Amino acid sequence: MNKNIKIAARHLNFYYGEHQALFDNNLDIPEHEITAVIGPSGCGKSTHLRIYNRIFELYRNHRAEGEVLLDGQNILSPEVDLLQLRRRVGMIFQKPTPFPMSIFDNVAYPLRLHYKLSHSEIEDKVEEALRGACIWDEVKDKLRQSGMALSGGQQQRLCIARAIAAEPEVLLMDEPTSAIDPVATLKIEELVLELKKRFTIVIVTHNMQQASRISDQTAFFYKGRIIEVGATDQIFTNPRNKKTEEYITGRFG
Amino acid sequence: MQQTDRCFRFACLACAALAGWLMLGVFVQLGAHSAAAWQRFGLGFLCSAEWDPAQGIFGAAPAIVGTLLTTLLALLFAIPLSFVAALFVTEAPDCLARPLSQAIDLLAAIPSVIYGMWGLFVLAPIMQDHVQPLLAAIPGSTRLLGEDDNGFGFLTAGLILSLMILPYMSAVMRDVFRMTPPMLREAAYGAGCTRWEATKDVVMRYGIRGILGGIFIGMGRALGETMAVLFVIGNMMQLPEGLFSGGTTIAATLANNFAESQGLEQSALFALGLILLLMSFGIQVAAQYYLHLTGAKRGEAR
Repeated sequence: MNKNIKIAARHLNFYYGEHQALFDNNLDIPEHEITAVIGPSGCGKSTHLRIYNRIFELYRNHRAEGEVLLDGQNILSPEVDLLQLRRRVGMIFQKPTPFPMSIFDNVAYPLRLHYKLSHSEIEDKVEEALRGACIWDEVKDKLRQSGMALSGGQQQRLCIARAIAAEPEVLLMDEPTSAIDPVATLKIEELVLELKKRFTIVIVTHNMQQASRISDQTAFFYKGRIIEVGATDQIFTNPRNKKTEEYITGRFG
Repeated sequence: MQQTDRCFRFACLACAALAGWLMLGVFVQLGAHSAAAWQRFGLGFLCSAEWDPAQGIFGAAPAIVGTLLTTLLALLFAIPLSFVAALFVTEAPDCLARPLSQAIDLLAAIPSVIYGMWGLFVLAPIMQDHVQPLLAAIPGSTRLLGEDDNGFGFLTAGLILSLMILPYMSAVMRDVFRMTPPMLREAAYGAGCTRWEATKDVVMRYGIRGILGGIFIGMGRALGETMAVLFVIGNMMQLPEGLFSGGTTIAATLANNFAESQGLEQSALFALGLILLLMSFGIQVAAQYYLHLTGAKRGEAR
């Protein structure tokens, strides 16, 4: 067991104004693995995830304390270049968030933002990203159409394509299939398994089957605290903590 | 109980129907009273620039062109101004945003005649003493500005109009910015956008129809505005010769001439009124349509 730790959260506390939402979170995210974050609604799992790319800073009086080490560097320190951080740490949201532009431009957008590329290079990278997100065959004939006209599952895969186009190192997924039908959900799960070869993935999910199907490591959150972290097999078959057991057997949540 | 319900229903229906009947009535009246002018001049009325009550020759071109020009100038100033103002109040901290947006809203509470007086006694002299010499110093600008140098004219009118339509446009744009789904904004920032990039590439595109609707609403108001323009436009029945030349608009022409008019001149003024009504009616319909589209899109996105 000598895993390379990509992200290490250390003594994280988080506040919405006066209200404290996270209490002393410590979590190691191993490189090229899928870490599932589970727990009942309002337990702070999304809040925790949203610290990793500092997206919470869009809102006044949202405040994080502690350290998040990305390859050993504390990303919460004010010297960190936010735009650079968000290129390295991509994010997928609860609902698909295609930008109001064409399918092609949706994926080309972060490329134009972060890299200086010729048009043909952009075309190549867009195709590569769309193939990587397993959506190329469905959209290759309508790249000029609006991304908002696709089905929900396709939109979410388009968003994944957009996120991986910028060649991030980490992908954060905040309940990426919560607004998507079961068939499309399975497709996205397969895709996520494929993506872990290239990226480190942290996925927040309400769906415990999903967590057990795809993740290598699982962290159980309850009331803002991390109750138990371990290999997914162990968490789901032999949880050490009583609360964890109650949750995964569906006694509350 | 049923009796009162039926009465209430009838009363509501009558009130609602009244709006439609009034609209129709106005169109019919304007059409009937302007019939003589249309018969006499035909569609040439729209193109002719001559307005000579003594000889009974009337043409609408100066008023129409003047109306369009003042409206265009007003939009030119008001669009960027209201856009930036709306953007600021949506992004700024609450303690700053609230008083500012209230101040902008209060611009709408100033009566237009006050704007007119302010234009006459404050803005026009400033234009005459400072802006005009400045612009005139640019080589070759005389063709654009015209020969007049009294501070009145289309540019001054356009500036006042832009202040008057600013609150309406900026209110609509503010709503557009606010109704962007928070997750979409987060996605933009999550992709590595700066604030400006997220605004121009995502928020603005998302609300483009609402922004157009807001522009149309401002345009509708600018077209029909009378008093403020009347004070500073110069009131001359001639085609615009430059930005500082005197001229007129449809509304100003009506206000100036209607009381003493009779016969064919009155009919020609009614025809002008009909043209103005059709113009602003068309723009209102377009505005409602675009705003309706955004509402529909919002429903689909949720």
